[in-house]
Amino acid sequence: MNFDWHYFVNTFPELVKYIPMTLLLAILSMLLAIVLGGIITLLHFSHYKVIHWFASIYVSFFRGMPALVQLFLIYYGLPQIFPIFKGLPAIIATVIGLGFKQSAYLSEVFRAAVNSVDRGQIEAGQSLNIKSFKIFRYVILPQAFINALPAAGNTFVGLLKETSLAFTLGITEVFAEGKMLAGDSFKYFETYLAVGLTYWVLIILYSWAQSGVERVLNTPYS
Amino acid sequence: MALIEVNNLSVEIKKKKILQEINFSVEKGEVTVLVGPSGSGKTTLLRTLNLLQEPSQGTIKIGGTSIDGRKINKKSTRSLRSESTMVFQQFKLFKNMAVIENVMAPLLLNKLAKWDEAHDIAASVLSEVGLVAFQDKYPSSLSGGQQQRVSIARAIAAKPSVVLLDEPTSALDPELVGSVLKTILALAKQHITMVIVTHEMEFARLIGNQIIFLENGQIVHKGSPDQVLSSNGPKRVNDFVNSVSKNNYL
Repeated sequence: MNFDWHYFVNTFPELVKYIPMTLLLAILSMLLAIVLGGIITLLHFSHYKVIHWFASIYVSFFRGMPALVQLFLIYYGLPQIFPIFKGLPAIIATVIGLGFKQSAYLSEVFRAAVNSVDRGQIEAGQSLNIKSFKIFRYVILPQAFINALPAAGNTFVGLLKETSLAFTLGITEVFAEGKMLAGDSFKYFETYLAVGLTYWVLIILYSWAQSGVERVLNTPYS
Repeated sequence: MALIEVNNLSVEIKKKKILQEINFSVEKGEVTVLVGPSGSGKTTLLRTLNLLQEPSQGTIKIGGTSIDGRKINKKSTRSLRSESTMVFQQFKLFKNMAVIENVMAPLLLNKLAKWDEAHDIAASVLSEVGLVAFQDKYPSSLSGGQQQRVSIARAIAAKPSVVLLDEPTSALDPELVGSVLKTILALAKQHITMVIVTHEMEFARLIGNQIIFLENGQIVHKGSPDQVLSSNGPKRVNDFVNSVSKNNYL
């Protein structure tokens, strides 16, 4: 076996330098996805059919298109049609592309989380003459939040991995750095194994943190 | 003058008549018990008083608020609901809130009290139902009987004109029924006006000032417990009373 252990071990310090960029892209995209996903969820519950349809089409559109196509559409396509987008930083384009895509998935997660709250909770609030938006804010939302956490966490894990697509827009994050290292050394196996393990460790750390948060937040229900 | 007056009240759900031309009144400080076979419309009647179910016609007056069943809107709904609260068979405590937060919720979210005052009121009603020591627990850690007593505390915290109780002991294990019934009896002694749906006939006899027997969505008999529930009462009611199990949890 021709595995270069020395090179393999020394690749990690190089990759670690780019973890902040990977995390920055993932966190900003997730924040955008949460805001947009929340809005789309509210639109889904609208009594107006047109608004409801808009939400459904939004979800279908962004779920139905590969993330890479969306990134290219925003970064290379938009400036051609709308000159105002010329010079759009690649980081912003990545955050918008990944954020919009994941917001479609998250809106479905949020919708399921709200729907899974016992309807009796709303009725109890109504019987106590509490206004609908207060029932939603103080009773439904906190319970839906707990319900949404595991699936929303999975979305973040997916997003963390999808940030590797940012290299196509010229951003140097963990995967892009790995690609350059592999190109220089021709040690593809060692380099990409190190890249894969770096993502894996990040996701293990995140999953561990999320389990802790879930344990604390589940106290009222256990 | 009666605290509750229900006139010509009907409820239709999917074109099916659930309640037909219901008329009755409840005096202030008195307890009315709704009895009758399953599907007779007892729970629907109770829910309609709280407008969780919209009537198709008729009028409901509770305290100073009167609504016309054909002209229900947000304002009239909130206005009538401000007069009553409901205790459900399945408790329906807010799962994300501790016991004391559940009791404080109607006071704070309806802006009836500031936090300190709401906390004092909640602690006081929780002590009335014997659960002040459980105030920081969450509903999931309480027994069914304890949850129902918290639900009663939540219902009386805002001092509504009337408390509506829908089969408050039906979902409880037999050994837990007594404590809930005793809590409700204590409320009756304080002259809190209540309308109760129950299958506990001994309890109905003991607590009720008025018994209303419903069948097929109509009031078939109404009167004092002696008039309706005694062996000399109407034969249909006697048959029903004999058919339900006779437990005495008190």
